[in-house]
Amino acid sequence: MNVEGVLAQLTALVAALVLAPLLSGWVNMWRAWLQNRTAPPITQPFRMLDKLFWKESVMAHGASPMYRIAPYVVFSCMLLACMIVPTLSTNLPLAPAADAIALVGLFALGRLFMSLAAMDVGTAFGTLGARREMLVGFLAEPAFLMVVFTASLISDSTSLASIVATLSHRELTILPSLAFAGVAFTMVSLAENARIPVDNPATHLELTMIHEAMLLEYSGRHLALMEWAASLKLFAYSCAGLALFFPWGIAQANDRVALAFALPVLVAKLAIGGMLLAGIETILAKMRIFRVPEFLATAFLLGVLALLVRILLGA
Amino acid sequence: MNALTALDGALTVVAAWLALGLAGLVAPRSFRFVAHVLFPLSALLSLALAALGLAALPGAAHAMVLPIGLPGLPFHLRLDALSAFFLVVLGLASAGITIFAAGYFRSGEGTAPGVMGLEYHVFLAAMAMVMLADDAYAFMVCWELMALSSFLLVTTNHRIPEIQRAGFLYLLVAHIGAIAILLCFGVLQADTGDYTFANMRAQHLGTFRASAGFLLALFGFGAKAGILPLHVWLPEAHPAAPSPVSALMSGVMLKTAVYGMARVTFDLLGTPLWWWGVIALAVGLATALFGVVFAAAQVDMKRLLAYSSIENIGLVVIAFGLAIVFTAYRMLPLAALAMTAMLYHCANHAVFKSLLFLGTGSVLHATQERNLGKLGGLMRFMPWVAVTSLVGVVAAAGLPPSNGFVSEWLLLQGFLFTGALPNPYLRMLVPVFAAGVVLVAALAGYVMVKFFGVIFLGRPREEKLAQAKDAGMLERLGLAWLTAFCVLLGLFPVEVMEVIDPIPALLLGRGLVQGGHIGGTFLLAPVSAERASYSPIAILVVGLAIAGLAFLLVRRVYHGRVRRAAPWDCGYPWQTARMQDTAEGFGQPIRQIFEPLYRMKRELPTAFDAAPRYRVTVEDPMWAWIYLRIAAATEAVSRRVGMLQRGRIAIYLLYSFLTLVALLFLTQA
Repeated sequence: MNVEGVLAQLTALVAALVLAPLLSGWVNMWRAWLQNRTAPPITQPFRMLDKLFWKESVMAHGASPMYRIAPYVVFSCMLLACMIVPTLSTNLPLAPAADAIALVGLFALGRLFMSLAAMDVGTAFGTLGARREMLVGFLAEPAFLMVVFTASLISDSTSLASIVATLSHRELTILPSLAFAGVAFTMVSLAENARIPVDNPATHLELTMIHEAMLLEYSGRHLALMEWAASLKLFAYSCAGLALFFPWGIAQANDRVALAFALPVLVAKLAIGGMLLAGIETILAKMRIFRVPEFLATAFLLGVLALLVRILLGA
Repeated sequence: MNALTALDGALTVVAAWLALGLAGLVAPRSFRFVAHVLFPLSALLSLALAALGLAALPGAAHAMVLPIGLPGLPFHLRLDALSAFFLVVLGLASAGITIFAAGYFRSGEGTAPGVMGLEYHVFLAAMAMVMLADDAYAFMVCWELMALSSFLLVTTNHRIPEIQRAGFLYLLVAHIGAIAILLCFGVLQADTGDYTFANMRAQHLGTFRASAGFLLALFGFGAKAGILPLHVWLPEAHPAAPSPVSALMSGVMLKTAVYGMARVTFDLLGTPLWWWGVIALAVGLATALFGVVFAAAQVDMKRLLAYSSIENIGLVVIAFGLAIVFTAYRMLPLAALAMTAMLYHCANHAVFKSLLFLGTGSVLHATQERNLGKLGGLMRFMPWVAVTSLVGVVAAAGLPPSNGFVSEWLLLQGFLFTGALPNPYLRMLVPVFAAGVVLVAALAGYVMVKFFGVIFLGRPREEKLAQAKDAGMLERLGLAWLTAFCVLLGLFPVEVMEVIDPIPALLLGRGLVQGGHIGGTFLLAPVSAERASYSPIAILVVGLAIAGLAFLLVRRVYHGRVRRAAPWDCGYPWQTARMQDTAEGFGQPIRQIFEPLYRMKRELPTAFDAAPRYRVTVEDPMWAWIYLRIAAATEAVSRRVGMLQRGRIAIYLLYSFLTLVALLFLTQA
């Protein structure tokens, strides 16, 4: 572990904490513009977080310690994920601690605690949200892993740093397996981040929501942590997608010139990605909950297809 | 010398267990003496066995002949790395289970405590002897002893008809399996008449005989392990048995079957054929998927865990199949990886499933309820059981940094190497299996959220639950012991794999550690650091640091004020505990998605019912698809045979006469 690595790790940490709410704000801005509304400023998520942190936390009478611990666990899982995914550079001392499979495991751990916390107070909406979240999760997780497997077969490694190194050094051709995997990954990210068409991040119609139903009882600092964790999750997924499919611009080890350009490149990529996400959310409508398994099963099949194409045809 | 003393030591432990069991007969009605004197002593013996096994693991194999049994048929015993590993698993898990049992068994439940203590210790001793047996005779005697003693334990509350039925089913399947194992040994000895394992090892069987031996072993041991069509006894026997017995059966006894499969396939049969691996993979995947899908639909907490055990055995069999495939193509480092994953998962499952079963035992004692729909909110009343179960749940869901994740990770790493297989069909099939494994792992998370959430979280669904008492001291000790191993096995994968390594070295001729590095103390990298690495300690430490810092910073920069109020629930004030999801409700999405798999009966009310009732029952389809058909066929055949039995002596004399004539005719011809 060298000084440079530690610095890069800390930069990645700070970048995640700052950029994640900004990304959410950016997506919301674009969504408002695309829907002919006046947009809130890009810093709106930060204002929300600050407001929530100042408010007192109202807890239900029956809430157990699980309810208070869960926000910290979820936040910790998502931030850890952001520190493992190569965002700015692949020279991260923490990266060997978790490869892509462990990354999926971390997301799943966060989901487990979030669902358990939602069941804790014992309201009808909480358990409903928990059940739906687990439904989305058990289909999205395998699909995500199939995408990861495809990428790791191409680069002979499940370590994200090695995947980025291999993928960014190959000549610029579109591999069919990666194309399938890319579509699958997009579908999974929409589902995992509670986006339209699977869930609606802006909804207040109780029966149509998943993520918001789980947070219904939360308030004050606990809600702030959960919201921050949600934007970190979106950031981590976006960066994982960029690392898998558009790895150009992420600095390799000891490449200082690239490191200087890494942040602007990342911001530019995220800006484009956020605009596309807002576009998708504007064009599509939310699905019925029992269409979601079909949507995710499609993603899973595409992932398996990507893996088969890679293994059988080597393409 | 060292390993020889280990074998002697293991035998001493077995003898001491039997002595403890017999000592219980001195005062069979004194539950105090049995529970508070004999069981803690027995737990110490378990510890000794685990230590002996650990000492014997790296050493050379040692054998001895014990002159018991029939004249001319002594017990051949042998302690090698494979036996030693399973002895360690037995010792570690049973130490926690036994100390829990010391606090668990109450007077006035079924069989007298002294007699039950005898059954329990015979069960433990028989399992240890199964691992040590080195000839078919000793193996079968101990195997049957294990089946019988566990049957008696399952039927501890033998006055209840359901429990009698469950016990009978268990005994039946156990014996069908035993017949297959016996036939398997018959095939393996290759007409030499010498049933020692040493002789079987020396035989070079042809493809047909070897395959027959393998399939018989898979069937026979599969009946004990609970692979797909033979799993039916598990969901019946586990709810019937007292919880420590369920824990012992699910955590340890299922592993004796895995031990048997590994012993026969890798040790006695020599080099396996590739398609055996495909069969094991297919059976394993079917078992795992079936188990987890049915676990999601269960409403009885012990049945849910029983189906989850079926799922985990499926995962073990998948790793077993992968190891066979790699061995068949002489890709030994990868075979070692798959075998390590298999053994690792055995140890993990032994620990976390025992833990969860014991947790359900405490819940059962505190509430008298097994039905998930009548539990809820127990985290507040039983914090010890809840927190230890939470660790078990994270492990069973296969999430980092627990132990369950490590073995699944190793298994998935094994799958990622299948691109190098020379057989194109296999290359095509294996990713499909990998996809199935991931689906199973993700569904396990669903099941575990249901298990923990419905029992421990939410509001109590019954009034009486508020009086639930947490587990007693001895029970807590048992739970804490198993929890500690869930954590340790998860945090120190490299050390655990170094312990396991002599087994692939023995069976495949090449271990994982000796062929290269598997990382350092804190970093697991089974192939190379560039290829894949995982460090649970780093994840845990950094994760805890982030959570702790976030906690402190929020309090320092902002505040830590909390106000208690009624739940919000979108402003709906009339909610009751009954409005929470029931167990059926939580499983409903899975039931809907996998509907063709279940045999579901729904009673739906119409809009005009004065007293609307909703009822749904889910049945195991294997009953209707296989077992009831076999039963019907058997009945039809026996009815035909019954036509011979006329009950008149003249007709029976006629039969004898006709037989005689026929035989005379045959000898003349």
